[in-house]
Amino acid sequence: MDIIVLMKQVPDTEAPVEIAESRDRLDTEDLKWTINPYDEFALEEALLIKEDREEVTVTVLSVGPDRVSEAIRVAYAMGVDNAIHVNDEYDDEQFGAADAYTTSKIIARVLEETPHDLIIAGNRGVDDDNYQVPAFIAKMRNLPMINLVTRQKIEGNEIICDQAIDGGTAVVKAALPALITAQKGLNQPRYPAFRAIMKAKKQKMDTKALEEIGFDLNDIGISGAKVKIRTLEFPVERSEGKRIEGGSPAQKAAELVRLLKEEASVI
Amino acid sequence: MAQDVMIVTEIWNKEFRKISLEAVCQGRRLADELGSSLTAVVLGACVEPQAKSLAQYGADTVILADDPGLATFHPCEYENVVTGIVKDKKPGIVIFGATRQGRELSACVAARLDAGLAVECSGFAMEEDRLVATRSMYGGKVIATVDIEGDIQMASIRPNVFEITKAKGAGNLESIAVNLGEVNVTLIEEKIEISAKAELTEADYIVSGGRGMESEDFTVLEELAQALGGAVGASRNAVDLGWRPQSEQVGQTGKVVSPKLYIACGISGAMQHVAGMSTSDVIVGINNDPDALIFRSSDYCIVGDLFEIVPAITAELKK
Repeated sequence: MDIIVLMKQVPDTEAPVEIAESRDRLDTEDLKWTINPYDEFALEEALLIKEDREEVTVTVLSVGPDRVSEAIRVAYAMGVDNAIHVNDEYDDEQFGAADAYTTSKIIARVLEETPHDLIIAGNRGVDDDNYQVPAFIAKMRNLPMINLVTRQKIEGNEIICDQAIDGGTAVVKAALPALITAQKGLNQPRYPAFRAIMKAKKQKMDTKALEEIGFDLNDIGISGAKVKIRTLEFPVERSEGKRIEGGSPAQKAAELVRLLKEEASVI
Repeated sequence: MAQDVMIVTEIWNKEFRKISLEAVCQGRRLADELGSSLTAVVLGACVEPQAKSLAQYGADTVILADDPGLATFHPCEYENVVTGIVKDKKPGIVIFGATRQGRELSACVAARLDAGLAVECSGFAMEEDRLVATRSMYGGKVIATVDIEGDIQMASIRPNVFEITKAKGAGNLESIAVNLGEVNVTLIEEKIEISAKAELTEADYIVSGGRGMESEDFTVLEELAQALGGAVGASRNAVDLGWRPQSEQVGQTGKVVSPKLYIACGISGAMQHVAGMSTSDVIVGINNDPDALIFRSSDYCIVGDLFEIVPAITAELKK
């Protein structure tokens, strides 16, 4: 059984971001990168299936510049068998602001030539917040998609999943090959040991240039994008307001409620 | 000819979600600017009265897909029906709410129609009859102004951003024959608890707790939230510690919220948390550490023991 995990490297959510001079993308120079947290659940789930069954191969697939190789090393250290890295490093002008649509097109094309019974993705990327790539890929490849999975079980040629829905859970099933997206709660991702990460440097990854997978570069990247960023800006920065000092908790509470009513007019 | 505006609404527990009314009202404004007409799409089972009510928010036409198979959100069926309606009516702009349903449905329909989709939008402008959107990225750390390519421009809006204003629309009801279409995911069982609690992203008042809560006992926050008629939220720490469900997590890896009032209790104020709530109208920080980062983005700051302060606020509100 072949499992493909879609992985994205994203800026660390604890770190501040800077906007590049061109204003249409982030300044990535000093950014700290990490694996998208929802993709860690996807990786872990693939590895759990591998531990549970015979003859499972787990391949991680990632699109991005050179730095993505660091994330792939972590995935190797966690235990994946193979890695495919579609490298778009060579042209930041064209690919620095690619959108969900063009990224999905690239992944769908790679999937045409890569055997897969199950694709696992994070349900969202915590950088662009597009919520689109898994759905686009499922539609482009005509695969059933089960979104926001919190538990899965493979039985014969079917996958049965618990899925987070508004106010509860749904149990749904689909025939393989299928695509599922991981929601928090699916598992507890393992932390690879530092030694395993160092050892993973020796693992070879299949690095593909975009032309290699048969793309006219104008169809992808910014020129093929359907959502094009004009400018990025920071939201209006908040600053510290009033400290409500002195007195008992009851006095502080009374003063707060008075301010919320009379000054802020929110209650 | 000006392109029509279409809103895909969402019914939850027999009523429109607040975000759907926000979307219809915003759609009215865009249609007025374009000099075009506004169509609202309603999917559900036995929801004709609800569909008719959209006239008062400015819908010129309401397309009703009423079928037992659409009683709750089933992604494949909803996708098929909405894709069919968009193909048939050919609107220039289609807007969804950025909810759990709206996110999945909008992405699937956009993929089917090869349309551009800008999600999590908090503002729109019309330029030469084209929609230009502002949307949040990186959990609200950055705001992007984006162009949406293609003949059909699709977008989803963030909750609690666009105003609900009554407007007069003809509200012509058009019931369509529903064809659920091909389905490749089968529902086995649905366990839904309709809770009385407000959906976090739609709440006007949110009381959130973090590590300072010290345990999973959020009673003091629940009582304050109840007194305000709001909802309880949590920091990533509180969720990771297993104290609260993921559905309550506020921040870059959880939900982005914009209530009228956000009260952060025992939350340090990590950047990823603040990003997810900094668009609230008013923020109150309560923390026993006078140097806590949360105070840097709080309009009102109280240094003290939240287990004393929060119940005192609840008591004050009940006076």
